[in-house]
Amino acid sequence: MFKILEKWEMADNTVCHFKIEAPLIAKKAQPGQFVVLRPNETGERIPLTMAGTDPAQGTIDIIFQVVGKTTALLRTLQKGDAILDIIGPLGRPTHVEKLGTVICVGGGTGIAVLYPITRALQEIGNHVISIVGARTKYLLILEDEMKNVSDEFFITTDDGSYGRHGFVTDALKDLLDERTDIKLVVGIGPVPMMKFVCKTTEPYGVKTLVSLNTIMVDATGMCGACRATVGGKTQFCCVDGPEFDGHQVDFDELMKRQAAYLKEERQSYERFQKEQE
Amino acid sequence: MTEKEKKEKIPRQPMPEQDPKKRSMNFDEVPYGYTPELAQKEASRCLQCKKPKCVEGCPVGVKIPEFINLIAEGDFIGAAKKLKEDNSLPAVCGRVCPQESQCEALCVLGKKDEPVAVGRLERFAADYERAQGTVDLPQLPPPTGKKVAVVGSGPAGLTLAGDLIKFGHQVTIFEALHKPGGVLVYGIPEFRLPKAIVEAEVDYLKRLGVEIKYNHVVGKILTVDELLEMGYDAVFLGVGAGLPVFMNIPGENLCGIYSANEYLTRSNLMKAYLFPKYDTPIAVGKNVAVIGGGNVAMDSARTALRLGANNVHIVYRRSKTELPARAEEVHHAEEEGVQFKFLTAPLRYIGNADGWVTGMECIQMELGEPDDSGRRRPVPIEDSNFTLDVDLAVIAIGTGANPIITGTIPNLELNKWGYIVADEATGKTSRERVYAGGDIVTGAATVILAMGAGRNSSQAIHQYLMNKS
Repeated sequence: MFKILEKWEMADNTVCHFKIEAPLIAKKAQPGQFVVLRPNETGERIPLTMAGTDPAQGTIDIIFQVVGKTTALLRTLQKGDAILDIIGPLGRPTHVEKLGTVICVGGGTGIAVLYPITRALQEIGNHVISIVGARTKYLLILEDEMKNVSDEFFITTDDGSYGRHGFVTDALKDLLDERTDIKLVVGIGPVPMMKFVCKTTEPYGVKTLVSLNTIMVDATGMCGACRATVGGKTQFCCVDGPEFDGHQVDFDELMKRQAAYLKEERQSYERFQKEQE
Repeated sequence: MTEKEKKEKIPRQPMPEQDPKKRSMNFDEVPYGYTPELAQKEASRCLQCKKPKCVEGCPVGVKIPEFINLIAEGDFIGAAKKLKEDNSLPAVCGRVCPQESQCEALCVLGKKDEPVAVGRLERFAADYERAQGTVDLPQLPPPTGKKVAVVGSGPAGLTLAGDLIKFGHQVTIFEALHKPGGVLVYGIPEFRLPKAIVEAEVDYLKRLGVEIKYNHVVGKILTVDELLEMGYDAVFLGVGAGLPVFMNIPGENLCGIYSANEYLTRSNLMKAYLFPKYDTPIAVGKNVAVIGGGNVAMDSARTALRLGANNVHIVYRRSKTELPARAEEVHHAEEEGVQFKFLTAPLRYIGNADGWVTGMECIQMELGEPDDSGRRRPVPIEDSNFTLDVDLAVIAIGTGANPIITGTIPNLELNKWGYIVADEATGKTSRERVYAGGDIVTGAATVILAMGAGRNSSQAIHQYLMNKS
């Protein structure tokens, strides 16, 4: 059992942040790695990338949006409650090196995944430009945190309610037009956003990393549920990823695979909501 | 009439089973097992050979005539105890061992008649003991103060843990998943091996003092070197061959195409067959193709039927004679309505706009000259392509070595396929104090062979630990 030490809600209670006691995982985890958690005996195993760790305190941070039954169920847990199983740290860590100027682009809860990577990229001495975006102002998360680990910082909202009116890719394109010293772009967010980040950077020939949060079961390379086509080859996101060269990823296939259980996910969620009433 | 001739008159006793039509719609176990009367009748067939051949066929050396004699005398609990002297998992082995190619293959009765049903009797004795709720613990020797870490709680690890704890060593198992048993819980379906049985056998080991840490992916949360630094005197790697093999043909990443590992893990470990009571979903196909001809293919096909498929095809590139699955599994699958497409190989999958598989283009094969394995090599017949309507496909063509742990152990010698190089008799690897056994050494094999490897390593580790002090 893994105890929830702190719980915060953000983005108008659609996004939840847990600080969880997991000393062994906290000691080992590096930016870019994820955990799998199973809330209870009848629960499914879902992967969530860690938003942070505190090895001294023995804690890990996870931030998730309520999108279906499992995340809705997790949200009902309170400080002091426990999660049955947490497995990690899994996946390959981000390869963090000093390159010069890098751009970190985050959308939705992808910003939570991006945050520790951004911090690591800045700590090692890169000039970090961050672009964070959300559909609308109240859905934007970790604004201050991201600002604190960035040398330049931009905000976009789809509806113009905060920061620049438009998509993260609009801000990204302008930066790529203005500057020629961009060595790396890291784009993490919903799959369509990552696809368009890659489309935006491709003509400029700037290497672009994405983090793929696919459907997983064991998440140790045993089942292949998380397979994605990268550079024409099948890769397992759990052990070969989660980060890949975005210009090589077949995003259209990925989106279809992500939607494989939509019907069942809806059924589960509706059933859960009825039970809660 | 001699004693021997009289005994041959009793035929091999069949085990009562669920009706095939009924059982293809539920996940309950297929055979009901022997009644005490049937078990005694079957046990009375044993000739009690002075030099029993059957024992030679058993990878863990179960004292077969002795336990069978106890059953014949009606001492069922005594029979179970006798089994457990050599086998920590008799209820499992009674169900999933390929007895027909091991103990029963060597039974003297089998020369003229049918061999004694050793597996069924083993299962009976273990089930009887468990049902009585009188699973006594053996007397343990005083603690030796030595500690052993076991990575993986599958058949090899469980056997080794049981042996070492009985030698008086402290044993901790590190399991990557959230439940113990390895392939016994994620791979073998409920209808072939009820999970309550695995739990009971693991529970027995826990009562003996074996500690199990779940959710520990060794190689990630801890490395083997860290385990050794933490004070474990030896480490045993029994992590299995957990890497699914795909065919790398076009369309293989369409939705509705599973590795057998994923399909079975969803259904067995995650209990997707009980969805939505359990949250893990599984795609329910109407026309299912299972590629492969081993036990895993049979398990997948029979699972698909139970989940509600109308047509389940086993697609196998050789002929029926070459099927690697146990005859009993093939027979059960046929009885339940699984259809076999022999001498057929998939070429590519066809999908719809949503990315779901709708068909599988296949080619007919014929058998040519024998290959390295001694089996006749399947050769494609030109222009014999045809398309099979398929909305779900399960690829069960084998597994490979998962590098997640082996890649984190410096100086551990691996063979060209990534399996660990280990001494067959002891499980010793190229690394001091590190032993390995089961599928991660041999490649995908059987439960009992992994148990045999666990047995061999436990003896070697025990010797090492006792010589060390």
